[in-house]
Amino acid sequence: MNARLEGMRNTAPPSARRRVAWPASLGGATGPLIGLVLLGVGFSLASPYFLSLRNALNVLDQVTVLGIVSIGMTAVIVVGGIDLSVGSVLAFSMMVMGWLNQDYDVPLVLCIVAAIVVGGVCGAVSGLLVTRARLPAFIATLAVMSVARGMANILTDGQQIVGYPDWFTRLSTVRHFGFLSLTVALVVVLVIIAGAYMTFRAGGRNLYAIGGSSEVARLAGIPVRTVTLLVYTGCGVLCGVAAVALASRLDSSQPSAGLGYELDAIAAVVIGGASLNGGVGGIAGTVVGVLIIGTLHNGLNLVGVSPFVQQIIIGVVVAGAVTFDTLGRRNR
Amino acid sequence: MSKTAQATTSPVVNPVEPSGPGLSVRGISKEFFGVAVLHDIDLDVRPGEVVALLGENGAGKSTLSSIIAGLIQPTRGSMRWQGKAYAPQSPSDALEAGIGLIHQELRLLPDLSIAENVFVGRLPMRNGRVDRHLMNRLAARQLARLGLDIPPTQRLRTLQVAAQQQVEIAKALTLNSKLLILDEPTAALGGAETDRLFSQITKLRAEGYSFIYISHRLEEIARIADRIAVLRDGALVSAHDTAQLPEKQLVEEMVGRSVDRIFPEIAPPQEREVLTVRNVTSPTGAFRDVSFSVHAGEIVGIAGIVGAGRTELVRAITGADPLASGAVLLDGVPLRLRGPRDAIDAGMVMVPENRKQQGLIVQHSLADNMAFGNFDLMQSGSWVLPGRVRAFTAQAIRRMGIKGTPGQKIASLSGGNQQKVVIAKWVSRNPKVFILDEPTRGIDVGARAAIYTVIAELARTGMAVVVVSSDLEEVLGLSHRVLVLSRGQQRGLLDRRDASHVAVMELATS
Repeated sequence: MNARLEGMRNTAPPSARRRVAWPASLGGATGPLIGLVLLGVGFSLASPYFLSLRNALNVLDQVTVLGIVSIGMTAVIVVGGIDLSVGSVLAFSMMVMGWLNQDYDVPLVLCIVAAIVVGGVCGAVSGLLVTRARLPAFIATLAVMSVARGMANILTDGQQIVGYPDWFTRLSTVRHFGFLSLTVALVVVLVIIAGAYMTFRAGGRNLYAIGGSSEVARLAGIPVRTVTLLVYTGCGVLCGVAAVALASRLDSSQPSAGLGYELDAIAAVVIGGASLNGGVGGIAGTVVGVLIIGTLHNGLNLVGVSPFVQQIIIGVVVAGAVTFDTLGRRNR
Repeated sequence: MSKTAQATTSPVVNPVEPSGPGLSVRGISKEFFGVAVLHDIDLDVRPGEVVALLGENGAGKSTLSSIIAGLIQPTRGSMRWQGKAYAPQSPSDALEAGIGLIHQELRLLPDLSIAENVFVGRLPMRNGRVDRHLMNRLAARQLARLGLDIPPTQRLRTLQVAAQQQVEIAKALTLNSKLLILDEPTAALGGAETDRLFSQITKLRAEGYSFIYISHRLEEIARIADRIAVLRDGALVSAHDTAQLPEKQLVEEMVGRSVDRIFPEIAPPQEREVLTVRNVTSPTGAFRDVSFSVHAGEIVGIAGIVGAGRTELVRAITGADPLASGAVLLDGVPLRLRGPRDAIDAGMVMVPENRKQQGLIVQHSLADNMAFGNFDLMQSGSWVLPGRVRAFTAQAIRRMGIKGTPGQKIASLSGGNQQKVVIAKWVSRNPKVFILDEPTRGIDVGARAAIYTVIAELARTGMAVVVVSSDLEEVLGLSHRVLVLSRGQQRGLLDRRDASHVAVMELATS
């Protein structure tokens, strides 16, 4: 056996195999990336304010929360699931943080930890409903979505919590080295970790096997249920992290925060080339998807398009991107 | 039938006289994107006749049957059916004309009743509502005609594959089909079910129905067909007016070269006992109190008809399903099987029954499929590097002789190559026990021989090999010993020299 495997290790891949695309690499996100560049060019021509470092940083600030949530959503969608609860879980985590801090004078650092733990617990509940109770992910996370939103409102009877210490709001407002706020830096770090994990680690590659076919994955010895549970838990944890980032940006905790985030996150992941059937997608694509949504909002605002019309445009972009992707896949 | 078709097919264009009221196919060719997949096919099917269509995968059988059933249209050529020009533009044209295709993978709606499946798309209506009473009555009559005693209101999902197939046939019969194309109808059937299907075909044939019968199984064709047409590389190689031909001749015509022997020489096994299965029983009752052992270098075949519990048995042994009682020992050490991982880590692997749903992720690449479950073999440190995965895969491709590249999607490989990928994936782990469930299902003859060689080679390197198959020839040709199951019970464990066709079938049907 060892000789045989040794042989494999020492063999370089024949050069004919070069053009092989690794599914999670940028290779899969080339189409969306072209779209993002075209979008940038278009808005630069349409608005004199669009193409500037200042505006680019604005876009990054605006997409931090969506970016963090979308990382978790990518993993969930790659394993063939869906998480509709992200927005509500974010709000619940955020309210727990503010409520502990204001009503019980818990130190803010501990409140941050609590927010992340609450997110993780919510994710774990979704994961258990999916893996143990065998609910369809859509139904399980729909239920958690409703419950989490209700809890977010109950904590303060629907009131927002205002006034965090300065150091906390500075996390998202002070730009170190003139461009990098800590929240944006956090997104970048999370993206790199998640991207590397999903592309170059066995644990991450297993997500693609599970999404491709959970039965194949199980027979190949992958602990499908455990991994799926961890994916939902991880998505919840990231919602908690996103809640902290959003609280810092808003300098408040609001029970209505994160409304509709699940749709933006799903849109970003899908624009980035993921398939809701699972097994396809990646962090690189999701980043491009998030930037497309961020750029669209920002550019359309600059051009003076009303928020209502923006919703229509986002919808059209999602349908267009996925149609394009599906047609491309069929021709391959 | 469309009017344009009639207009274009005049006697002048079609010099060959139609042969009676059956189907006559003349000069049918098909090109996909400029690539010819069928050249100039002539075929006649007379009323009350079963014509077998033989050929390896990719020979053009499916393309030809799709053309006859209206799924695709030919590039050139013409057809006549019941004395009239026939050029179906869609499956509904073909159905209306009385030609139905029973697909290999059944196309039924699992959550509807049998009757609803039979009448889907043309539910009988009365006063603006579906006339369930009439529908169920008509469906029941059709089922009775096929000798099935199932209430038509039963949900399709609750039926066995064999019964579902009968529903498809019932559906075609209520559509007044006079010619049925059966694409690999016995692929998922056991011996008894095959017999029943054949007796139905015989009965319908006597009533004037015609069949085009597509199969890889030569003994079946000898039993049921009146005539045989052999396709190879999209061309008609030969058309025989009898089905009683030596198998060797047919195989040679199919593969285009002479095949001396399909089954390879198998080496004698070693003394050392590797796998021991003691009194295992399934919690669902699929098998009870089964015991056997496999020595190093030995191939043990498991035979039985569908529903005998063969697949359930090997799935449970490899941890895919739970065991109610009994023990599985590897090299004398009892295994604790909580899932497939435990079996894999102990050195026992399984190539599952359904390649496309359990063995491979068809939309993923060959390299990815090789990697799933094998990351521990191809990591550098704890990182999985694409280059390493490709090298690992390229190595396996060469060793197994797989026709494909690491980046190629599994869906674009032939069935035989797909199966080799599943085997290669597990061979890489150098396991002690190698279990294959239906290793050649849906694989053409040429590729089968290659799979058999690989299986014999696994045993030669000292692995304990278990082969489950519905194809009795295969079990007999490959195995040192044959375990026969019937209705979940162990009926016998025969030595190679005692394991004749008759001996095994007697036990399997007991």
